[in-house]
Amino acid sequence: MRLALELRERTPAWLNLALPLAAVLATLVLCSGLIALAGADVGEAYLALFSSALGSTFGLSETVVKATPLIFTGLAVAVAFRAKFWNIGAEGQLLAGAMAAAFIGAREGLPAWSLVPLMIVCGAIAGGLWAALPAVLKLRYRVDDVVATLMLNFIMFYSMMALVDGPWKDPLSGYPDSPDIRLEAEFPMLLTATRLHLGVLLSALAALGVWFLMRMTTLGFAIRAVGENPRAARHGGIDILRTTLLTAVISGGLAGLAGVGEVGGLHFQVMAALSPGYGYTGIVIAMLARLNPLGVVPAGLFFAAVLTGAEAMSRKTGVPVFLADVIQGTALICMIVALLFSTYRLRLRRAQAH
Amino acid sequence: MEAGRKAMSETVPLLVLRGITKAFGSVQANRDVDLTLRHGEVLGLLGENGAGKTTLMNILFGLYAADSGTISIEGRPVALHASADALAAGVGMVHQHFHLVPRHSVLENLMVGQKGRGGRLDEKGARARLGEIAGQFGLGLDPDRPVSRLSVGEQQRLEIVKALFRGARILILDEPTSVLTPQETEGLFAAIRAMAERGVGVVFISHKLNEVRAITDRIAVMRQGAMVAVIEAGAETSNHRLAELMCGHELAPPVKRPVETGRVLLRLERVSAGGGDGRTAALSEVSLELRGGEILGVAGVSGNGQRELAEVIAGILEPTDGRIEVDGEPVTRPSPKAMQGLGVGDIPEDRIGAGLLGGLPLGDSMTLPRIDRPPFSRHGVLSRGAIRAFVTEQILRFGIKAEGPEVRTGTLSGGNLQKALLARELAWDPLVLVAAQPTRGLDVAAQEFVYNEFLDLRARGRAVLVISEDLEELFEISDRIAVMFEGRVIDVLDAAEATAARVGLLMAGVREAA
Repeated sequence: MRLALELRERTPAWLNLALPLAAVLATLVLCSGLIALAGADVGEAYLALFSSALGSTFGLSETVVKATPLIFTGLAVAVAFRAKFWNIGAEGQLLAGAMAAAFIGAREGLPAWSLVPLMIVCGAIAGGLWAALPAVLKLRYRVDDVVATLMLNFIMFYSMMALVDGPWKDPLSGYPDSPDIRLEAEFPMLLTATRLHLGVLLSALAALGVWFLMRMTTLGFAIRAVGENPRAARHGGIDILRTTLLTAVISGGLAGLAGVGEVGGLHFQVMAALSPGYGYTGIVIAMLARLNPLGVVPAGLFFAAVLTGAEAMSRKTGVPVFLADVIQGTALICMIVALLFSTYRLRLRRAQAH
Repeated sequence: MEAGRKAMSETVPLLVLRGITKAFGSVQANRDVDLTLRHGEVLGLLGENGAGKTTLMNILFGLYAADSGTISIEGRPVALHASADALAAGVGMVHQHFHLVPRHSVLENLMVGQKGRGGRLDEKGARARLGEIAGQFGLGLDPDRPVSRLSVGEQQRLEIVKALFRGARILILDEPTSVLTPQETEGLFAAIRAMAERGVGVVFISHKLNEVRAITDRIAVMRQGAMVAVIEAGAETSNHRLAELMCGHELAPPVKRPVETGRVLLRLERVSAGGGDGRTAALSEVSLELRGGEILGVAGVSGNGQRELAEVIAGILEPTDGRIEVDGEPVTRPSPKAMQGLGVGDIPEDRIGAGLLGGLPLGDSMTLPRIDRPPFSRHGVLSRGAIRAFVTEQILRFGIKAEGPEVRTGTLSGGNLQKALLARELAWDPLVLVAAQPTRGLDVAAQEFVYNEFLDLRARGRAVLVISEDLEELFEISDRIAVMFEGRVIDVLDAAEATAARVGLLMAGVREAA
């Protein structure tokens, strides 16, 4: 008896659903070992984690709020990876969008009604441009996109810090934060007594929009073709430069919107703690979703639940909060293993009958 | 020795496959296949693309597990779970694509996978063994030469040596001559005979019927996953009979009817291209004219500018000089899209690498060049229904073996990939079709199919440019044959007056004195 992998002709639809679920389940099983090691009861710890994240209206709304930037960055990565544009720079693009929103939102000279739409549009453009830069470097000068997008994250973060610790420092607080945006620039809330803001709605619309783009438009087709086989795409008359550049701009724009939502709906300013690595988590989410835009929503919600629930779990059972990070990492590895089974099937090989 | 071999082969066959069955999903790749290989026998394995030859050999080499059936080697049943098991049991396989480390030397490539003693490789032993194999089978190789500096023929020789080095008594050669020059083929055949002489059993898979008849003792023919005939390779087996066994019905050879030639559809005037990116001037001052109702064959030893010629006409490669006209329209800004717009269809040499989208559904691959046009899309929005309808229709019309538009392109066999590519380009009725190596790796039936499609285009007043290294093919379908040498078209002959000898000389750059 032996195990072997065989190529599948096609992936059955149910498998696309079952694999991420199996990966999540495997993650929880694997991480239970660490919980036990921390001296807590596994069942109790997971119960604390998920009941605080999903068990109450407030917990649930907090999870959804937390999921919003993750869904945006997950979508950003999903789009880029389809074209094999390895955008590791959603973090920097998120900050670019956030800074644009914070800048626009604080302008006194603009009419009040125009603030929110302008923040959204300019934030997306800022993120898109920040992603266009490495795309141009890649297309023109063959600069590696992984390295370029990654490095630009640090450039953006420390540029932002230099600004908010200098010319853009909030004169009222004196902290290294940008000045608050105007009241009229704050995103409207969807439900009272929660922090569900306009960005939440936008992220859901974005998921639908990206799904439509990838599945139903010629641009989405071109993005997939370029990612799958650039030579064939070129022979087929697809403009690789244009497609890759558009992919980068769309990807960066989505990441930028993550930043816009955080500024407009939650923090109303930019500061060092604006993003605890949402751009990087977006990569894990996109992988967990198998680059499927609609899959990004549940994947983002799962990660958000782990993030919000981890604190409650820590308080109740004494398990360190860092377990949330371990769960994220484990989920990525489990998903990568699970992805193998979407293109291959596992077969038991019997010793041949004599 | 001859008598000894006979006696041995009469008692226990070297290899017996019995009742091998294997299904992939609903596709029955092998059904109840029996096969016997004797000591010192060269067995030809024939079959159309998708007939199950590759699956059968992959089962023998331990890459797939059979659903049922048994394998025994020298009378002993064996269980082959992985290629390592097959190697240990004495089964060696030389694939069409070589598995060598280019930077490593011949000797280092031989020692890959050796356990060595106490972590040390036995280089001296390997060197001696290489010399021994070289002497026995006429497979000489410089042990210290890096693989990257070996010719394709030498690399293949190394693959064979590697198999023998590991103690192969059964050697599977998968289309070994498709990459060889005629001289190299002769060398390979001598080695095969020497191996058979020493009791090695050789399975020879090929589409070239003449070669199969020349080198093998018996020929096994597969069709639709089943073994349909095993016959002695004697004088009474004709190519025609073999081809009919393979496809299961009578074959009508393509008929080339006389056609009125029309206006000039493609004109190249002193076109030069390439030379950038470290490549030497690939095309220099090529002038060609191609009329409607005409098939122009392009002959030449591989690497004399044929690929660049195809790429220039397809709009992939931008000419550095010269003028191109399609149906009287000058090409001002060449691009694949522009050439398509002017009516040029493109069948690239590298089907899966440059033509189709291996990891995506067949529907995507088959609509790729026309996706931005109705009925496949309107205003940038795809019409999934139209795509599905088109692909389903083409699958039926061209007899493509695929379950439907959603099947992953890369899972189709070579012949079916080529049909898909042809279907895609012919569907929009191009004025000029450029096809590079259109039948490479295709079986007889698929070849005939491609020829008939080309002849049909010709009959409808279209122009076809066929680039091929197979001279017989060019003689069979072309009206005129252009011969390329070092980036130039050194002569264009009427097919009627072209002989293999004349074209052969031209391919070597020799122009007869007028």
